[in-house]
Amino acid sequence: MTIDLKTIKHISKLSRISLDEEKAKKLAGDLNSIFEFIEKLNELKTDNVEPLTSVAETTLKLRSDKVKSKDIREQIIKNSPQDNQDYFVVPKVIE
Amino acid sequence: MSDITKQSLSELVKNIKDKKLSSEEVTRAFIDRSEKSKELNTYITEDYSSALNKAKKFDQKPNLELKLPGIPMAVKDLFCTKDIRTTAGSKILGNFVPTYESTVTQNIWNEGAILLGKLNCDEFAMGSSNETSFFGNVQNPIDKNLVPGGSSGGSASAVAGQLTPITIGTDTGGSIRQPASFTGTVGLKPTYGSCSRYGIVAFASSLDQAGPMAQNVKDCALLQEVISTYDSKDSTSIDFKRNNYSKELTNNIKGKKVGIPKEYRVDGMPKEIDELWQKGIQYVKDCGAEIFDISLPHTSYALPTYYIVAPAEASSNLARYDGVKYGFRAKGENLIDMYEKTRSEGFGAEVQRRIMIGTYVLSSGYYDAYYLKAQKVRKLIKNDFDEAYKKVDAILTPSTPSSAFKIGEKKDDPVSMYLNDIFTVPVNLAGLPGISIPAGHDANGYPLGLQIIGKAFDEQNILNIAYAMEEKINFKNKITDWWIK
Repeated sequence: MTIDLKTIKHISKLSRISLDEEKAKKLAGDLNSIFEFIEKLNELKTDNVEPLTSVAETTLKLRSDKVKSKDIREQIIKNSPQDNQDYFVVPKVIE
Repeated sequence: MSDITKQSLSELVKNIKDKKLSSEEVTRAFIDRSEKSKELNTYITEDYSSALNKAKKFDQKPNLELKLPGIPMAVKDLFCTKDIRTTAGSKILGNFVPTYESTVTQNIWNEGAILLGKLNCDEFAMGSSNETSFFGNVQNPIDKNLVPGGSSGGSASAVAGQLTPITIGTDTGGSIRQPASFTGTVGLKPTYGSCSRYGIVAFASSLDQAGPMAQNVKDCALLQEVISTYDSKDSTSIDFKRNNYSKELTNNIKGKKVGIPKEYRVDGMPKEIDELWQKGIQYVKDCGAEIFDISLPHTSYALPTYYIVAPAEASSNLARYDGVKYGFRAKGENLIDMYEKTRSEGFGAEVQRRIMIGTYVLSSGYYDAYYLKAQKVRKLIKNDFDEAYKKVDAILTPSTPSSAFKIGEKKDDPVSMYLNDIFTVPVNLAGLPGISIPAGHDANGYPLGLQIIGKAFDEQNILNIAYAMEEKINFKNKITDWWIK
């Protein structure tokens, strides 16, 4: 199987990473060599194997839903690239 | 004492407890050496003046009951440190200042240690050579222009170069053990669920684990004792009885059963690695343990499985970097354009590559063929270990298929770079503990490591085997201080 440029552009859209033509071509090459290596898994028959979703075989513990961090709004907002002191600011989404 | 930085963590702790050294003297010594070692590029963020203040404060009212009394320590820049910039080696987090502290680092400060600074690493811990960091390559103290391994390359370099007495790294597919092997240091990847992941910048959540990186096994055991705690803030943290790893450390491993997996004798493995392995087997025998040949039949499928599971989880974890709430933002014509440009300019090439792989294997129509398939093979790999552990208590393998390579040597060939982790990745997939200890040198004098893999929650046993072997191996790291003018 080969991953063509059209597929690369589709994945780039899903990933929300913009690519120029040159970068897309380079990625297509890289991904093809990586998937060639991954295809090895097809040698194995796994129809009757249960997928492993977690190595930690524990049931999730419950805890009470208590607020532990208070008054950190200012500190959190300070990390944003653009804000108006109370809210995060993003480019306009509604015309 | 002029040779403070040459002392091991255990020696420093003892000297501070015996009041032969003050925290300030120790902290100043490591800062001085770090200042002279800028060429190694181990630090992303230094916090020296604050460290000195903390050391002075400690000396005024020293609590000598603590396990790390006034010990200065730099940590991998993947751990969130409150009010100290945390970058994960990425441009996208270049100005991120956490509002909270990771559980693992908090445990360390609670025992009296003092933060020196944040250490360089591959971007989002994705890499095996520290070459993917936005903040540049790290030099290996062993030789100029040699990679220190990755992703905890800054951590490994800082311990080997004596810029910090000990440190912590994170290991998703080998990121503690491989750099430890490349720098002649000791690195432990604990059992999944042993150390809290709270406050560690996430890469692949089902694989990530924090662990100690040290000059010797005893120091490693001491730090593991400090960082391994149950934490309700991490839903995968496991509540099990943890040992006092350093106190219970023993070199008596008589009668322990150690397995040698035949599948780890891979094609093209350099002769010196095989010889090292054979020597290791002899050391284990000399210590009174028994050797058994075992089989882990699905070993060769571990890397392909890893390169589906890890990128899939990464693509999901890294979806949060959108240029809105924190981090770097690029200008865009509209919201979507802003997202796309932010991620294109903010992430480096390897991170983008992995996000793309992950997105692809999770995308509609491919999920069953790749992601589900990989989870099934992951089960087979874990079953291999479960089966082996019916016969043996631990497994001995080489840590890496080669010694450290030159900067730039593998940069443009992702698959050859990924092959570095061939012996370490299966351990993460199965959630087991593994430790790398320095065991010899190659023809160039570069260090080589051996890995001991344990049963889940059996850190004590692999630490004991490592401790017994360390005594027999009597490894001496060849650090010439070539970078100090």
